[in-house]
Amino acid sequence: MLGKLSWSDIPFDVPILVGTFAGAAIAGLAVFGLITYYGKWGYLWKEWLTSVDHKRLGVMYIVLALVALFRGFADAIMMRSQLALAYAGNPGYLPPHHYDQIFSAHGTIMIFFMAMAFMTGLWNVIVPLQIGARDVAFPFLNSLSFWMTTVSFVLINISLFIGEFSQCGWLAYPPLSESQFSPGVGVDYYIWAVQLSGVGTLLTAVNFFTTIVKMRAPGMTFMKMPVFTWTVLCSAVLVMVAFPILTVALGLLGLDRYLGMHFFTNDGGGNQMLYLSLIWAWGHPEVYILVLPAFGAFSEVTQTFSRKPLFGYNTMVYATCSIMVLSLIVWAHHFFTMGAGPNVNAFFGIMTMVIAIPTGVKIFNWLFTMYKGRVEYHAIMYWVVGFMITFSIGGMTGVMLAIPAADFVLHNSLFVIAHFHNVIIGGVYFGYVAAMNFWFPKAFGFKLNEAWGKRAFWFWFVGFYFAFMPLYVLGFMGMTRRMNHYDNPDWYPWMLVAAFGATLIACGVVCQLTQLYVSIRDRNLAENRDLTGDPWNARTLEWSTSSPPPFYNFAVVPTVHDLDAFAHDKEAGIDTRAAGSDYQAIHMPKNTSAGFFIGMFSLVLGFAAIWYIWWLAALGLIGVIATVIARSSDNDIDYYVPVSEVARIENEHTRNLMAAQAAE
Amino acid sequence: MADAHTAHSGESHGSVGSYLTGFVIAVLLTVAAFGLVMAHSFSPAGTAIAIAVLAAVQVVVHLVFFLHMNGSSEQRWNNMAFIFTVLAVAILIAGTVFIMHDTAINMMSR
Repeated sequence: MLGKLSWSDIPFDVPILVGTFAGAAIAGLAVFGLITYYGKWGYLWKEWLTSVDHKRLGVMYIVLALVALFRGFADAIMMRSQLALAYAGNPGYLPPHHYDQIFSAHGTIMIFFMAMAFMTGLWNVIVPLQIGARDVAFPFLNSLSFWMTTVSFVLINISLFIGEFSQCGWLAYPPLSESQFSPGVGVDYYIWAVQLSGVGTLLTAVNFFTTIVKMRAPGMTFMKMPVFTWTVLCSAVLVMVAFPILTVALGLLGLDRYLGMHFFTNDGGGNQMLYLSLIWAWGHPEVYILVLPAFGAFSEVTQTFSRKPLFGYNTMVYATCSIMVLSLIVWAHHFFTMGAGPNVNAFFGIMTMVIAIPTGVKIFNWLFTMYKGRVEYHAIMYWVVGFMITFSIGGMTGVMLAIPAADFVLHNSLFVIAHFHNVIIGGVYFGYVAAMNFWFPKAFGFKLNEAWGKRAFWFWFVGFYFAFMPLYVLGFMGMTRRMNHYDNPDWYPWMLVAAFGATLIACGVVCQLTQLYVSIRDRNLAENRDLTGDPWNARTLEWSTSSPPPFYNFAVVPTVHDLDAFAHDKEAGIDTRAAGSDYQAIHMPKNTSAGFFIGMFSLVLGFAAIWYIWWLAALGLIGVIATVIARSSDNDIDYYVPVSEVARIENEHTRNLMAAQAAE
Repeated sequence: MADAHTAHSGESHGSVGSYLTGFVIAVLLTVAAFGLVMAHSFSPAGTAIAIAVLAAVQVVVHLVFFLHMNGSSEQRWNNMAFIFTVLAVAILIAGTVFIMHDTAINMMSR
């Protein structure tokens, strides 16, 4: 009846998990209680959970990403403290079975649910506004994508308290991840969570690719498109190319585990090396999927706070496109030591070094944008400058790893861990935080506190160097990754330094939470409110509408005359909003709960399949199909916003604008 | 938004006839693939190649009859996307064969 599930699968005997469960349960009950007390369930359901508005979905994605960051960071702190303790006679506090789950969950959550969700959130908030569109091409699919991502994250967290998570690392290499060596449900949790979230990611990419190609404002040719939108376009193409490979690789692994097939097993003609090739054919484009939008955000921030147009817009676009294509032909550098000959290793090593060139072009473009600009060192610029320093170091160690001979020394050592945290924290995370600070007033109508933003930056920046530079040293000293205990006295002091760095980063996370709290508390102070919609004197279309934008974004779809459309209009004295003109009724999509229900049924399907509860899995699948059919046959999906409503909202913003101008 | 669904310009949505033609060809190709394997008429390597060829033809049939790809000028984006997809698939297949073949020779695993 309940498949593999029994009482013994609930880890009552692990005090850390019982404590975590108690904490999560109390926090969850408190949130539920507060929502009920203030009677906000209806509001939450109607305005947020069933919303198809890209701005609200974007905000919910970023909230999801911050929750995932919290979970993934808790895992990181546990790993660092374990390694600061588990030296010589001390076994530490995490037994291998638990420790292996922690590093697997840390990687999986940070990539799929922190970075990917944060990135998708930024796409959602920014792209339609930046290209002058009223929504994305497929608003319902957007809501569905969000729910698929969310339920996958829920599924991965259920594994904390029911059963176990994968102990095979974030990419679940076979043969370890085959049922022969991992008979438990951990790998199944991993497969289902990643597969379900993959559906959401792929649909999002299709959605944004279509939106950018088909729905740009009149006059916005491709070479007048903002750089952030360009990077999202290239990133979406990479998602569409790469994610199907991940789906197939994990699908084949799932067939091995569920149906006893032999794609990647040791026996029966399987070949686990093929899995490595497939997973990295997705995995390498994946890191560029994450970092390209960060590059786009840095470009927008740099030009805005340097008070001049981006240096080398054309080269920036070509560099982005070259990275898009080159990122598809470097994947073997993740397994130089697997046993391929010099032909393969030389080819992929050289391609990896080549991809550093367009990335270097971008760094120089940002530097030349700042050169002779009137650079304002706002807290957001701190993240940009911190990125340029940190990412350059990470890029250089990446080129070191691209040399196959050097890789034979460094493979699977902590040097690799230091390298990819160097580029992912220094590139992706700094970029997303800069973007969040930059576009926050657009989404909410008030600025984030700058002092706490600077404190967060310094803790993250300094903490990063303390936490990860020791890992480079340890890599050279021969310490391999994924160890939970060691005896070498030379390593011990470096592990202590790294643990200290992790503590500094923890302070950085606390500063970021404080920044959010302080900013929300002070949101009505005059210096924090953004009445004009253009708090930074920025250059692109999203700043021409109010903050937060009306749900239809633009009452009159703007006409684009030049690159950096809004900057051009400000200089030429054109009112981009065309305020007071003849407004038309605006055609908008209606909210729908179909995405929510498809997500929930998928959660049931995934959970049931993990535990072999086949009747429940069948119910989940039927629920998904029935909801899709019901939604497809629903013709009442859109409506028109009447002219009077548009005029009311627009006139109110015009009054705000005039009041703000009078105050200056 | 509904605009995006109703305002197609010049893109064919096919007819019952073209869908039926596509369906019949797709079924024939599938039956042929199963038939080849069940009849053991080729060597194992020959069978694998024959199925791969049939699968590639199947892809083209789906693209033409179900996804309405053709050479007309309104299809520029579709055709560009198709060419890029072919490039990406070629990179993946050629790269994987390159890596796996080289590894097999080098490790003497075959």
